[in-house]
Amino acid sequence: MEIFGLYNYWIVVVLMMIGLYVVVASGNLIKKIVGLNIFQTSVFILYISIGKLRGGTAPILLEEPAAYSNPLPHVLILTAIVVGVATTALGLALAVRIYGAYGTIEEEEIEEQEN
Amino acid sequence: MISAQLPALQVVLPLLAGPVCLLLHHPRLSWALATAVSWLAFFISLALLDQVLSSGTIVYALGGWAAPWGIEYRVDEINAFVLLIVSGISAITLAFARNSIEYEIRAERIHILYTGWMLCLTGLLGITITGDVFNVFVFLEIASLSSYLLISLSRDPRSLTAAFRYLVLGTIGATFILIGIALLYVMTGTLNMFDLSQRIAGVSDSRTVKTAFIFLSVGIALKAAVFPLHLWLPNAYAYAPSAVSALFAGTATKVAVYLLFRFFFTVFDPQFSFDVMQLDRLLLPLALVGVFVASVTAIFQTDVKRMLGYSSVAQIGYMVIGMSLVSVLGVTAGILHLFNHALMKAALFVVLGCVVFRIGSARLEDMAGIGRAMPWTAGAFVIGGLSLVGVPLTVGFISKWYLILAALEHGWWWLAALVLISSLLALVYIWRVIEVIYFQPPSDPSREIAEAPATLLIPTWLLIVANVYFGIDTSLTVGVAERAARLLMGDAS
Repeated sequence: MEIFGLYNYWIVVVLMMIGLYVVVASGNLIKKIVGLNIFQTSVFILYISIGKLRGGTAPILLEEPAAYSNPLPHVLILTAIVVGVATTALGLALAVRIYGAYGTIEEEEIEEQEN
Repeated sequence: MISAQLPALQVVLPLLAGPVCLLLHHPRLSWALATAVSWLAFFISLALLDQVLSSGTIVYALGGWAAPWGIEYRVDEINAFVLLIVSGISAITLAFARNSIEYEIRAERIHILYTGWMLCLTGLLGITITGDVFNVFVFLEIASLSSYLLISLSRDPRSLTAAFRYLVLGTIGATFILIGIALLYVMTGTLNMFDLSQRIAGVSDSRTVKTAFIFLSVGIALKAAVFPLHLWLPNAYAYAPSAVSALFAGTATKVAVYLLFRFFFTVFDPQFSFDVMQLDRLLLPLALVGVFVASVTAIFQTDVKRMLGYSSVAQIGYMVIGMSLVSVLGVTAGILHLFNHALMKAALFVVLGCVVFRIGSARLEDMAGIGRAMPWTAGAFVIGGLSLVGVPLTVGFISKWYLILAALEHGWWWLAALVLISSLLALVYIWRVIEVIYFQPPSDPSREIAEAPATLLIPTWLLIVANVYFGIDTSLTVGVAERAARLLMGDAS
C-alpha cells in the first residue's frame, strides 16, 4: 500500500497542520511559540525523509558502489534547526520582556492595555 | 586582484562588523564602525554595478567551490541594482542614526542595535546577491531575526508586541519558503538557481513543482507584506526606532519584492508563473485592492509613522501591479518603483526621526504648528510627500509614469485610471499632515521647539535631493531597470 509506505509524509502534514492551528488559535504567547516549534519540526522531518533511502548506507568512504542516503538534506536541516532554536530563544526572550511590560502574556489582555 | 573578490566582501564585511560592534561595547565607536562598513558596502555595490554594466553577469564561486557543490554568487543587472539600494539606504540612514538613536534608545543598548543593524544588512545583501535557494533561506533568517531585535529595542513597550507578531508571521513565511525549497530539491536535485531554472522546465507538469511554487509565493509575499499578508508591517514600522523604520522601509520589503521577481521570472520562467499558474490573475486584483485599502486606512491613522507603514503596503501594491503586467515595460516599472520607493519612504521616515527628536512623538496632534519652528524638516516632509504622491520632478512621478505606460500598452486604461485615483488618496493622507504642521496653531504655544540639528538634517536632505535628482535625471535608474527587466523577461535584445 503506497499510502502507508509514505507514512512519514502523512505525519509531516498532520504535524504541520497542528502547529499552524496552535499558532493561530491560541492567545497565549508561549503556546504560540510551541505551535511554531511543532510547525518547524514537521519541516525538519520532511527534509530528513526526502534524503533517506530504505536500506541505504551513509556515503562515507564506500569501497564498492552501494545505495546510500543523500546527506545533503540532512546537512541543510541542521542549519534550519539552528535557525529554529534561535527563533525560539528570541521569541521567548520577547515574551519575557512583554510580561515585564504588561504583566501578562495573554494576547487579548495585552491588546486591551494597548488601546 | 581585490576587485575579483568584491561579491564575497559585500556580504562578509558587514557580517564581521556585527560581532565587532558588540565587542566594542561603546555607543559612538560601534556607530562609527557600522557607518564606515556600511559606506564601504555602498562603494562595493557601486563597483559591482559598474562591473556588471560594462562586462555582464558576475559569477563567483564562494570559497573556490564550483557551482553544483559550492554556493554560487551571481550578480546581474537586477540584483546589482538592489544591492546598491540596500547598501545606499543603510549608509545614509546610519549617518542619520547617531543622534536619533542616542535620543530614542537607552545608552547601554545602543551597541546592540548597531550589531543587529550590521547583521540585518548582511542578511539583506546576502539574500540579494546569492544564487543558491537554500542560502536565500539562511540569509532571510539572519535578516529577520536581527530585525525582530531591532524593532524590540525601542523604548515603547508596544514595539515588543510588534516584534513578537512579526516574529510569528515571519517565521511562518520563512518556513513556507523552506518547504518550497525542499519540494524543488526533490524534483530537481539542485539548489542552485541557475540549474533550477534549467531543470524545472522538464518537470513543470508535476504537482510537486506547482505546490513548491505556491509555498514559495506565499512565503515570500508574507515577507514582502503584499496585501493581504501585510498585517505585521504597520506596527513594526510604527514602534521601531525612527532610524530603524527608515532602514526597513527602504530595504527589507524591497529585498523581498526582489525575491518575488527572482523566483517568478528566473527560477520559474515567466511562462510557467503566469501562463500555467496564472499568477497574474491573482496578483493584480490583490495588489489593486491592497493599494486602495491600505491608502484609505492610512488616511485614518493618528500616528504618522503608522500612516507611512500603511502607505508602504500600498506602494508595494504598485510594484506588484508592475510585476503582474508581465511585460518588459511593466517589470521596468516595478523595478523602478522598488528603487524610487526606497528613496522616498526612507526620506519620509528620516524626516519623522527629526520630528521625534524635537517633540518626542510622531502623533499627528503633537505635530501641530511645527512647520514654522522647523522649516527645514517640514520642507523635507513636503518634498518627500509630493514624491510619494507622484508629482512631476520627483522620483514618484517617474515610477507612476512608467506604470501607466505599461498599463496602456496592454490597452488597460481602467488600470491607468485606478493608479491615478489611488495617487489622489496618497495626496489626501500627505495633505492631512502638511495641513497640521503648517496651518494649525501649536497645541502648546509656550513650548519652545528648535530646528533639528545639522547632523540629522544633512542626511535627511541628502535623501530628499536624491528624490529630486533621480526624478529629473533618470538615465541611471531607468537604464538599469530596463536592462534588468529585459533580462528577467528573457528578452536579451
